[in-house]
Amino acid sequence: MLVVDKINTYYGISHVLQDVSLQVQAGRAIALLGRNGAGKTTTLRSIMGLTPPRAGSIRFLDDEIRGLPPYDIARMGVSYMPDDLRIFPDLTCRENLEIARRVCKRSGYWTRERVESLFPVLKARRSQKGSSLSGGEKKMLSLGRALMTNPKLVILDEPSEGLAPIVVRTLRETINEIRSHGLTILLADQNLKFCKQVCDYGYILEKGTVVHEGTMEAIWANDDIVKRYLAV
Amino acid sequence: MVQSLVHVCLAGISAGMFIWLVASGLTLIFGVLRVLNFAHGSFYMLGAYLCYTFLRFAGVDFWLGVLLGPLVVCVVGYFMERFLLRHVYPLELPYQLLLTFAMVLIFDELVKMIWGAGSIGSPTVPGLSGSVSIAGRDFPVYNLFIIAVGPLVALGLWAMLEKMWWGRIIRAAASDREMAAAIGVKVPALYTGVFVFGAWLSALGGALAVPYVGLLTTGMGEAIIIEAFVVVVIGGLGSLKGAFLGALVIGLLTSFGTRFIPTLDMFLTFILMAAVLLWRPQGFFAES
Repeated sequence: MLVVDKINTYYGISHVLQDVSLQVQAGRAIALLGRNGAGKTTTLRSIMGLTPPRAGSIRFLDDEIRGLPPYDIARMGVSYMPDDLRIFPDLTCRENLEIARRVCKRSGYWTRERVESLFPVLKARRSQKGSSLSGGEKKMLSLGRALMTNPKLVILDEPSEGLAPIVVRTLRETINEIRSHGLTILLADQNLKFCKQVCDYGYILEKGTVVHEGTMEAIWANDDIVKRYLAV
Repeated sequence: MVQSLVHVCLAGISAGMFIWLVASGLTLIFGVLRVLNFAHGSFYMLGAYLCYTFLRFAGVDFWLGVLLGPLVVCVVGYFMERFLLRHVYPLELPYQLLLTFAMVLIFDELVKMIWGAGSIGSPTVPGLSGSVSIAGRDFPVYNLFIIAVGPLVALGLWAMLEKMWWGRIIRAAASDREMAAAIGVKVPALYTGVFVFGAWLSALGGALAVPYVGLLTTGMGEAIIIEAFVVVVIGGLGSLKGAFLGALVIGLLTSFGTRFIPTLDMFLTFILMAAVLLWRPQGFFAES
């Protein structure tokens, strides 16, 4: 579904990603692992077109998307939950959900009713301004908004970050439910255990390059790799 | 005394409504595009000259002129955003100001080339040219009409931004253009749309000012843009509520100033702006 081939991304003159390659097959859940500053967020932003790579290729469903503006990529069926959630602060909770559907004009399984039944708190908070929601509510809203565009591929940046262990368990169930409706997932997260429970396959980033890849079970079992690239 | 106060107030409010029409577009464009458009007063001037031209040379009805003049200005605004402004968004504010200031000079020279450098006497509006007696003195009906137009435009803008999806998308893009793009908002097209709409508001003010100002001059654009800038500084850049209240305050202040302390004239306005800048530099209704 998504083939990232040797992309190179820069912030100004600093060369952040060097020849990063990865593949996401339809229906799977893929994890990007690595410490802070390893290039996980930049990889996701590069795919979404928010920080376009200067070289390399990104193919989504056989179309080259490198160099396309983010709104075209979104309309092709890629949606994105950023690590800082980016809820529209002066729209209400419900408007934050609805706007994604109205703008993107992609129909499918996910409707406002379904998203609100997946996250009942979003229904309870429907007329509250985005800025007044709690951190956890914002996270659900940002994920819900990403579903409202009925994407084929959903990109999640740090979904488990800042959540209490019990909430992480709920999130795990939610992501599994989302997957059961045919969505493909690419996520970046520091929580190795969470990634192992949610994803099939992982890529480990270090200093802007892919240093290791493998099934999540294999990565989990490889103490050497975990110590070298993931342990804090 | 009471009679005089009422009239000074009404005159101030009607003057303020023209400033509001210019300031609303200026602040809306700043709120979404983050560009301070110095040439926004030129749209006001062009709206006035074009409306006048439709009346004088095409022989159309005043109201048709008010419709057509600003529409032509929309086309001018479209080309200005699409082919000039768009290239300076990534640059720093001084470059944007230099470009839009250059546009002020270009528009002024164009108006002089087309309509001549002298002032043009403007016509009255059939049906609204009379006066009514308010507090025992005559007040022009047309100015009352302007006092009604201002709040109507404010109400329309509020309804559009709060109650329509088009407006909600504008608000979303104004607060976070990157995230808006990530959910599929075609940001460049939205920018063009907002700029053209802002130009229309200013040009509408200019067209409606034709019977009000008495004389059309090339300086009218600069005069109103300065007042509109003062208004958005007081109200807070990007705030429509601030622009409306700021325009009322400036209209009234100028009106009272010219009536009671004529020697100070515009001085009062700038004193107020300086005080606001020192005391509350973000203005009174700025978004956080």
